[in-house]
Amino acid sequence: MSIAVYDREVSFQEIYQSVEKKAYYQKLTTLVSIGAILLYFVFSIIQFDLGSISRKWSPERASRLFLDTYAHKDHVVMNWKDTSKISVNFEGDYRYQYPSFPEWLERIGDGKDIAILTFNSGSKAIFRDDKIIFEQSKSEDRKFIFGIGDNGKPYAEAYDNDGNEKDLPNWIRVTESKVEVRPSLYERIQIYKRKVEVHRYEFGWKYFWFDFFSPLKDYSLPEALSLIFSNERIEPDKTNFELVLSEISDNEQWMHGTVLFSILETLLMAVLGTLLASLLGLPLAFLAAYNITPFKFIRFSLRRLFDMLRGIDMIIWCLIFVRSFGPGLFTGIFAIAFTDTGTLGKLMSEAIENADNKQQEGVKSTGASTILQHRFGIIPQIMPVFISQSLYYLESNTRGAVILGAMGAGGIGLQLLGAIRTGNDFENVGYMAVLIVLLVTVMDQMSAFLRRFLIGIEKN
Amino acid sequence: MCPKKRGTLLLLKKNYFMSQNAITIESLEENLKVLARQRAIYSVLFIGAIIFIVVSGVGVANQYNAGSFTRGVENFFDYPADLFSDAFEAGWGWFGIVLSFIPALFETFSAAVFSTVVGASIALILCPLATINLSPNQVTVQIVRRTFDILRSFPELVFALILLYLMGKSIVPAIIAVTLHTIGAMGKLFSEAIENIDMKPVDGLKSVGARWYQIICFAVYPQVLPLVLSYSLLRLEINVRASTILGFVGAGGIGAYLTASLQWRYGDEVLAIMFLLVATITALDYFSSYVRHKLIGKISA
Repeated sequence: MSIAVYDREVSFQEIYQSVEKKAYYQKLTTLVSIGAILLYFVFSIIQFDLGSISRKWSPERASRLFLDTYAHKDHVVMNWKDTSKISVNFEGDYRYQYPSFPEWLERIGDGKDIAILTFNSGSKAIFRDDKIIFEQSKSEDRKFIFGIGDNGKPYAEAYDNDGNEKDLPNWIRVTESKVEVRPSLYERIQIYKRKVEVHRYEFGWKYFWFDFFSPLKDYSLPEALSLIFSNERIEPDKTNFELVLSEISDNEQWMHGTVLFSILETLLMAVLGTLLASLLGLPLAFLAAYNITPFKFIRFSLRRLFDMLRGIDMIIWCLIFVRSFGPGLFTGIFAIAFTDTGTLGKLMSEAIENADNKQQEGVKSTGASTILQHRFGIIPQIMPVFISQSLYYLESNTRGAVILGAMGAGGIGLQLLGAIRTGNDFENVGYMAVLIVLLVTVMDQMSAFLRRFLIGIEKN
Repeated sequence: MCPKKRGTLLLLKKNYFMSQNAITIESLEENLKVLARQRAIYSVLFIGAIIFIVVSGVGVANQYNAGSFTRGVENFFDYPADLFSDAFEAGWGWFGIVLSFIPALFETFSAAVFSTVVGASIALILCPLATINLSPNQVTVQIVRRTFDILRSFPELVFALILLYLMGKSIVPAIIAVTLHTIGAMGKLFSEAIENIDMKPVDGLKSVGARWYQIICFAVYPQVLPLVLSYSLLRLEINVRASTILGFVGAGGIGAYLTASLQWRYGDEVLAIMFLLVATITALDYFSSYVRHKLIGKISA
């Protein structure tokens, strides 16, 4: 049995074999490429020492960081020498000392006990003259006693409810100089030779709107807002409205005013950079298109200019501009504008060259001048491309501006870098990260909306 | 919402013409005039808005910039001139300096390659779950899509800075950050590509009783593979830049050397690194556009 293929007799056997061979080679290529990728993974794991992740990753640090982003803590410190003084500080900052004991810390004058601290879980820490007792909440029913031994070193003892001595659980670490107790993430007691320090964590961002020294610190936001409409002034020389606004923006810990301003700076950088790039890029693109500009020299030099602007990366432009303009907005604006002038110029000159010349001929047939031919023959064709590209660049430049900020152009990127480098303001880092994500999302949505509005209905 | 709007608009126009009974040249001219006036008003408003943004923006920027605009323009060529004179002083040795940074460049480059490959693979595995026409159920579609959105809108810098704090200085945090961002960006592109595939091969495989993973492997992936490769190449270019920047904030590679040279003000080294970066990115740009043109030609053919 045979059929005629390409003027010659080919048996089904042969066709079958050739198809099978092809399928076999395809399978082989797939397997080989998957194998190559896996091999590459193994190579990279060795090259980058990815096995070190587990060694370097400190879960304790990570959990503390994560805890810090959504919780706040109060430090209670007692010196062994002068046990009559117990200081309670917000976040352990010496400036934020509470003038009187908060409700969870009860002062008891009689006999041995000095004060009783109640954690959120119901556990208690009892301060005494020479020791501190930690009583776990009712469900656990265990008691721990910490103090300074005769040799001057801190010690820890554990008892069950009936007073029998027990082994220490693994969340108590005893070293030469201190005893660290961390029954849960929200509770921490450290006993040093000189003092005892208790950290009490609580969920939420305290003093988010009004800082520790603000006259409004005991008000919640709705209460403060309702104050705006009342006649009684809290501070005689300011209206309540001014007071609330200034207290929020001058918040010492959260720096709302500064953060908001740096967000605006970043936004301004992205918007102005993209705007300048499109204002420069479009005319230059016309000059670089062969159906507009007859001079080869101009076209060639503009093309190379675009290549240079585009090829030198945004970061490198940023480094160059930082030297001439100093750290600030201009650096970011010009870094974005330079890079994107190159990209937009190249894209648009290609779009102009690809434009249909029938429209232009139509306009020409009415006797229009060259400028009018371009205005009505070419610009309407490239405008949708131009607008949608510019909006895409605006979108990606918002992200870029955050990064440029961290490299010296100011704005929210710099604030974020600073907050991370200080290493103890992780609530601020979380706050800024959320704001950055919000900014990027809003810009994404806005550019998508504008694109729909200006160009018409898109797919999706 | 839009079609409805358009419908009402058409209706209005119809009424307008109907009330005139016939389309006269006068009515058309009047209509045209109204339109032209509207256009003129919009254009003036638009141009006014742009001028306002530029002028006020430059004003604000000038106010808060550390140096002033005019001085900056005057000094613009000083730094590049410094760099070039430093490099010129180094003479032929400058090329030695360039060569000495190639291992660092290789580290950054291979970090970018690794995160692109890993990110693209993970995105490719996840994206059938994020497409409406293939996913086993609609809840996973929403979950996977929102995950992509979050990964995409979180700037790499934030990820990387946090991971750098947690893991200490090495290139691993940069790799993780870039990979996560790549998963988000590629996942969206791939799932859009998969939504547009020809469903006939899928139906064919379904009709012979293929399982879900077999449908994905033999009907979906072969169709999107050229597109996946071309997107990956484009992404590789972006990731090389990203890992350089992350090196700049402490993740090693050539970015770290750049920071050091900048701080020590070794102009010749700075210029060498800049040269390497520009050369790499330009070469990648040309290579990827060449390959992409070939691949896209394959698609359209």
